[in-house]
Amino acid sequence: MNDITDLEVREGVDRETVETVANMGSYKYGWDTEIEMEYAPKGLSEDIVRLISEKNGEPEWMTDWRLKAYRRWVTMQEPSWAMLNYPEIDFQDQYYYARPKSMEAKPKSLDEVDPKLLATYEKLGIPLKEQMILAGVEGADAAPADGRKVAVDAVFDSVSVGTTFKDELAKAGVIFCSISEAIREHPELVQKYLGSVVPPTDNFYATLNSAVFSDGSFVYIPPGVTCPMELSTYFRINAENTGQFERTLIIADKGSYVSYLEGCTAPKRDTAQLHAAVVEIVVLEDAEVKYSTVQNWFPGDEDGNGGIYNFVTKRADCREARAKVMWTQVETGSAITWKYPSCVLRGDDSQGEFYSIAITNNHQQADTGTKMIHLGKNTRSRIVSKGISAGKAQNTYRGLVSMHPKATNSRNYTQCDSLLIGDKCGAHTVPYIEVKNASSRVEHEATTSKVDDDQLFYCRQRGMDEEEAVAVIVNGFAKEVLQALPMEFAMEAQSLVAISLEGSVG
Amino acid sequence: MADTAITMRQVTPDIAEGGDADPALSARLDVLDLPAGGFTAAARKDALARLRAVGLPKPRDEYWRYTNPAAFNAPVPDPIPLAEQGPDSPLFLERKRLTLVFVDGAFDAAASDDLALEGVEVGLLSTADADETHWSGEIYGRLEAAAQERVARPMAALNTAAARDGVLVRVTGQPSKPIHIIHRRKDESADVYYHHVIRLEPGAELTLLETGMTGARSNFVAEVDLAEGARFHHITAKRAGHEKLGWGGVFARVAAEAVFKSFTLSVNGTMMRHEAIIDIVGDDAVAHVAAAVLGDANRGPFHHDDTVFITHSAERCESRQVFKKVLKNGAKGIFQGKILVEPGAQKTDGYQISQALLLDEDSQFLGKPELEIYADDVQCSHGSTTGAIDETALFYLRSRGVPRDRAIVLMVLSFLADALEEVEDESLREEISDRLDAWLTRHA
Repeated sequence: MNDITDLEVREGVDRETVETVANMGSYKYGWDTEIEMEYAPKGLSEDIVRLISEKNGEPEWMTDWRLKAYRRWVTMQEPSWAMLNYPEIDFQDQYYYARPKSMEAKPKSLDEVDPKLLATYEKLGIPLKEQMILAGVEGADAAPADGRKVAVDAVFDSVSVGTTFKDELAKAGVIFCSISEAIREHPELVQKYLGSVVPPTDNFYATLNSAVFSDGSFVYIPPGVTCPMELSTYFRINAENTGQFERTLIIADKGSYVSYLEGCTAPKRDTAQLHAAVVEIVVLEDAEVKYSTVQNWFPGDEDGNGGIYNFVTKRADCREARAKVMWTQVETGSAITWKYPSCVLRGDDSQGEFYSIAITNNHQQADTGTKMIHLGKNTRSRIVSKGISAGKAQNTYRGLVSMHPKATNSRNYTQCDSLLIGDKCGAHTVPYIEVKNASSRVEHEATTSKVDDDQLFYCRQRGMDEEEAVAVIVNGFAKEVLQALPMEFAMEAQSLVAISLEGSVG
Repeated sequence: MADTAITMRQVTPDIAEGGDADPALSARLDVLDLPAGGFTAAARKDALARLRAVGLPKPRDEYWRYTNPAAFNAPVPDPIPLAEQGPDSPLFLERKRLTLVFVDGAFDAAASDDLALEGVEVGLLSTADADETHWSGEIYGRLEAAAQERVARPMAALNTAAARDGVLVRVTGQPSKPIHIIHRRKDESADVYYHHVIRLEPGAELTLLETGMTGARSNFVAEVDLAEGARFHHITAKRAGHEKLGWGGVFARVAAEAVFKSFTLSVNGTMMRHEAIIDIVGDDAVAHVAAAVLGDANRGPFHHDDTVFITHSAERCESRQVFKKVLKNGAKGIFQGKILVEPGAQKTDGYQISQALLLDEDSQFLGKPELEIYADDVQCSHGSTTGAIDETALFYLRSRGVPRDRAIVLMVLSFLADALEEVEDESLREEISDRLDAWLTRHA
């Protein structure tokens, strides 16, 4: 990169411009935290599975559940149908458990929390107040947050560092804690619902996750309760050669409502890291869950080195009548994304929505989309997917809309658009449409195009430079999805769109 | 991270899942008396090797997920009684044309016209294959083989190895009338393989009409090679018995400024699959593939699968896929269409629409409209809709005094109109439209 800078400068180009261009696409969460970690031995075996279970202090039924999944996983083959091209993953060359040494005994006050962990969250932009709460400081919960409150479960490598606002949530009857805590404290709920949406046999990565998941979040909203604040989980991968396998289970009981946010980052490293999460959502009668993600894992460098391999199974089961679920995702990170947040519309009149923007740059590859499985009568689904591909990236929308014979009078509308920036990238659409009754209506639309010259000209005429103009056009293109994001993410998403596309034009 | 590697990755599983020891394939080949071939000998040998490498199609193959290949894989088809002439007279009989008749896939010289048409050289695979060389040797099995590099198509390789007859047509001029191939049946258990090779020299034009019914089971391949500025129009209205099994594949290569257009009308058939694999290799070329499918399963199962793969590897080309299916009484319609835009195929205009009209609760439509794009200055779109007849429009027509059954026929005809528009010749289009009207009225 220095060579280019020198060359450009010799030609008399403005140094600042050259440096800006040279630094473009830089990942601002790419630093790491130097902290003493405790690892399970490298590799995967029944012993490692038992060890993870033991570290989490799990009862025997949970250990058995994991071992059963592990034994199945060793018989399974990694799927190859996605349009993704990456070197073979050596599943034995990974650490499956890593936690900061200081987390061995849970800190009770700010003074006890490892300052390095504290600094990590401060640097990631989590406000100080929230950070104090994060670290579990007594009294901070009572501090008036300015306006809205967001409860956070912060996961650092394999463990949950802390969950905020637990007491206040408990007053409303809401359970929000790490999944390891839920296994200990609420075994009846976990046993009833864990694996009921994504069974341990579901797919290669979900089965792997079922065997080795270390932490993640657990949410239970009791009947008729509107969760008093938004819930969020922040995932941070820090340790090298360590896979993160979190498991999230959300149960919205009859007539309840919750909005859940998920964020994730990781340091820049030369070697790729594995992330295989499972998110299960159970939505009962008249309940509604809104799940929003801004996925910002390290995407690898400009030459395609390193980055997170993200293989995620996310599924919501609208189990009863009039249940509603809404997935919103902004996918900008990861070297490899394999992710299909889905809705099983089992209850009559249930509704599923999926809004997605996937942005790939440099050597990133994303194969992402959704499944809308209509089983109940009068079920409704809507899919809006925007894929943006730049550099040498490949971006695939893959989706299924299935109307079962009994899902009469159901409705789906799908719109997926792709935008290509530059002639070295690819954008692909692979929708599956299965309609097995006549009273349902399914519509699918997709287009692929480049940034419109007329729009670009219009913006430039008004004094924008080309990159700004592209950012504005792309933001317009992605607006429908961004609007579906909760306030907390809207600003972040707007800037993410601009960041990922900088340097792609010209 | 090369783009090509990504494309190949998709293909690999299809090929890898085959393997030599495929007992179903051995059983399939054992009952066939495969010709050694003259000028086609090498192509047949290669095709057999290809087939052995990939094996017969399997239900878990990506492009067979919606159509169970069992009936195509069975060594022999079940016999189907020879049907009496249906209520419709054969199409296109009233116009000037060069008629070639095939009976269960074999040329019938007595029933056909003399093979003479200005600007056209008409040959037959059955006679030409006695020779060691023929102009079609560069094409026979070669376009089919090239297409298999992306997705395995075992039925096509089987055809190249097994076909004994078909037309070998080379066009150098602009003939005054179309060629009309009429298929007839004689043997109620015939398992038919035929293979056409069509080459249009620069600037040449040809309209090929194909009608009739053949075999208890049929497997056809047409390889179409269009040179610069050639125009080829293929209109097929094959009649299938209710129990008919058929697989067919059209493999086309389209050079600069050439135009390829095909329209297929399909009515009934237990299990039908049509594949169209079109490579647009020259700039400013055009390829349109359209089909109107009418399925009424009231007299037995109906399953119709259209699988299309259009590759753009040149600049400023246009492709259109227009597929309309009207399904009734539990009929099943499949559409798997793909547009692949290779790196550098800038200014591509790709369009794809697949629509199904389900006339009752039992019918099904399964679709996979796919795009794979590696060039940025392109416009590609696809749309797919499935639903029942619009009750508001129906009410409108009825309130104007149109009886319900007639109103439905009119609405179905208007639903099919976009596909029919792909037939350029107005008189041909009208003849097909009248035929559709008659069929719909009978099945109302």
